Amino acid sequence: MSEQTRIIEDFATREYEHGFVTEVEQETFPPGLDEDVVRAISAKKDEPGWMTDWRLKAYRHWLTMTEPRWPNVSYPAIDYQAISYFAAPKKKLESLDEVDPEILATYTKLGIPLDEQKALAGVAVDAVFDSVSVATTFKDKLAELGVIFCSFSEALREHPDLVRKYLGSVVPITDNFFATLNSAVFSDGSFVYVPKGVRCPMELSTYFRINAENTGQFERTLIVADEGAWVSYLEGCTAPMRDSNQLHAAVVELVALEGATIKYSTVQNWYPGDRETGAGGIYNFVTKRGLAEKRAKISWTQVETGSAITWKYPSVILKGDHSVGEFYSVALTAGFQQADTGTKMIHLGRNTSSTIISKGISAGRGQNTYRGQVKVAKKADNARNFSQCDSMLIGDRCGAHTFPYIEIGNPTAQMEHEATTSKIGEDQVFYCNQRGISTEDAVSMIVNGFCKEVFKELPMEFAVEAQKLLGVSLEGSVG
Amino acid sequence: MLQLKNLHVSVDGTEILKGIDLEIGPGEVHAIMGPNGSGKSTLASVLAGREEYEITAGEILYDGADLTELDAETRAREGIFLAFQYPVEIPGVSNTYFLRSALNAIRAHRGEDPLDAIDFLELVKDKAKLVRLDEKLLKRPVNEGFSGGEKKRNEIFHMAVLEPRLAILDETDSGLDIDALKIVADGVNALRDTQRSFVVITHYQRLLNYIVPDFVHVLKDGRIVRSGDRELALALEDQGYEWLETAPVAAGA
Repeated sequence: MSEQTRIIEDFATREYEHGFVTEVEQETFPPGLDEDVVRAISAKKDEPGWMTDWRLKAYRHWLTMTEPRWPNVSYPAIDYQAISYFAAPKKKLESLDEVDPEILATYTKLGIPLDEQKALAGVAVDAVFDSVSVATTFKDKLAELGVIFCSFSEALREHPDLVRKYLGSVVPITDNFFATLNSAVFSDGSFVYVPKGVRCPMELSTYFRINAENTGQFERTLIVADEGAWVSYLEGCTAPMRDSNQLHAAVVELVALEGATIKYSTVQNWYPGDRETGAGGIYNFVTKRGLAEKRAKISWTQVETGSAITWKYPSVILKGDHSVGEFYSVALTAGFQQADTGTKMIHLGRNTSSTIISKGISAGRGQNTYRGQVKVAKKADNARNFSQCDSMLIGDRCGAHTFPYIEIGNPTAQMEHEATTSKIGEDQVFYCNQRGISTEDAVSMIVNGFCKEVFKELPMEFAVEAQKLLGVSLEGSVG
Repeated sequence: MLQLKNLHVSVDGTEILKGIDLEIGPGEVHAIMGPNGSGKSTLASVLAGREEYEITAGEILYDGADLTELDAETRAREGIFLAFQYPVEIPGVSNTYFLRSALNAIRAHRGEDPLDAIDFLELVKDKAKLVRLDEKLLKRPVNEGFSGGEKKRNEIFHMAVLEPRLAILDETDSGLDIDALKIVADGVNALRDTQRSFVVITHYQRLLNYIVPDFVHVLKDGRIVRSGDRELALALEDQGYEWLETAPVAAGA
């Protein structure tokens, strides 16, 4: 292996920074899943009867389902009876002041300030620690505009009608194996409602942290933007380093009513497993879907650098006429990571349009698969789609795969699909070296340049974090 | 400043340079001419520190020290610049950002503070004017979508910003029309001074009408077969390379 290749591989196999464990008193259910566990989760959260029934219905349906085997990933069978389905810090919380200092310290260490005084202006944060939401900032300020931003549990207590109306309306409880499991056992998550015509004045952000061992994390996020509303939502995730695999099966539902816009950004940096052996790491099996009504717009942006396995297809159902769906994605697989990710754009209304920009980076022994579906229904006149899927390979032991599915039921549809695969060229690195730039900086620069179209879609703070995640200092302050 | 002593270089086991002796002093401009396949570009790549080239015998001294000890980026930071025959595209990375990273890496090597964005922008605007580079190209990704002439001019622009002590121009004239050639030559001439040395590699003497060299060397089959002044280049233009006889095999080959 040449010196240059070695440096490139080192770059791609950096240590995981967020792998520490927080010592905090926890209440954890014993491992195992049956109807009593589902009831116990619901009881723990003082849920109304309809919610308990909804969960049980999901659980019973889940028993009839089998785990999907079509993704281009491989992992040993998961023993669903060996997982604990609920973990929470013991102390009950009434306000931010009562949050366990250890947990606050955890978020500070992760660079997520929960103290409103010090919080970044313009970002409200909901922090989810293992299965429960521990703090939500800037709530009062948002309430003045009628914006609801709270934990899912609180939403069930305070706004049960809204939750009942929209929960499961985009991802039904029978949707797929992992989403159905989530519907049965989800513990907490975030809820957002933006009223008619309101432009949410700050970024809303949820930060997910898995801490407990052998615990699954099943959070549920529901975002409703009423007619003409506008909201931008950010999601970040980290976990400690553990030798065993941990399951994360979340569901995110977005509802954009007429003329509304929802921008949903994710920087996912779950523990990817040991770089040398592949041991441990998070199984990230997530269902994310949005429903866009007339002239509504839903935009997904994701930067996926963590997890041992990622299985995720943020999708948009373009139901209303003139609705717009967008998907911007960077997925990096290094070490032994595997990712099978992409999107689905389902065109139902007339004059709908969708854009897909996917950038896959594979390094080490990483395997990176793009899987995307564009479907145009019979009545969806003048649907338009533009898809671009680019793959970059670093080193010679990794792989990139692309599976685009296009189903057109209407002759007026216009589809464009572009795909490229490139290798970080020795020529490119040498060119940088010859100008005085080190190989490590050169690789960062080339990778960042490759991802630029996606990074520019991220809100500023997240764009910075995303670039750092790829091991880079900020580009673009000049020129 | 630069001394090559009996330099032998192989690529994949094939010997390309077969004993080169060359001495370049401060402020001198040396032209290296020769037919295709004579080893001109190999010489440029070896000086810049490309890994695939193996030095099998001889030495390269830069300021009296062994240059081969240094990797490519350290050579660049020590003031060696190569204007590429085929400049490389780096999609998504703006020309300005790229150059600022380069300049600040060189400055850090010299123990100088990095230039901030505003000072840097002023500097690049001045230098862009010097080589008559369209300011639009500053914001575009490095070399991406540039025409052949723009790429070559961009190399000279990089050189102007990085201010090397030894600049190697590898067939910078190839693919340029006469107007572009003049602009590139004007840029090079503007950077000539008593301390900065140039190695100008070219197939045609045309470029040397505009960048007037102090010395001309003819490379053929991996050896310097003739050295002279500008007159030698003119003679080559008239008579081609055929009349030159291959020099005797250097000792130690």
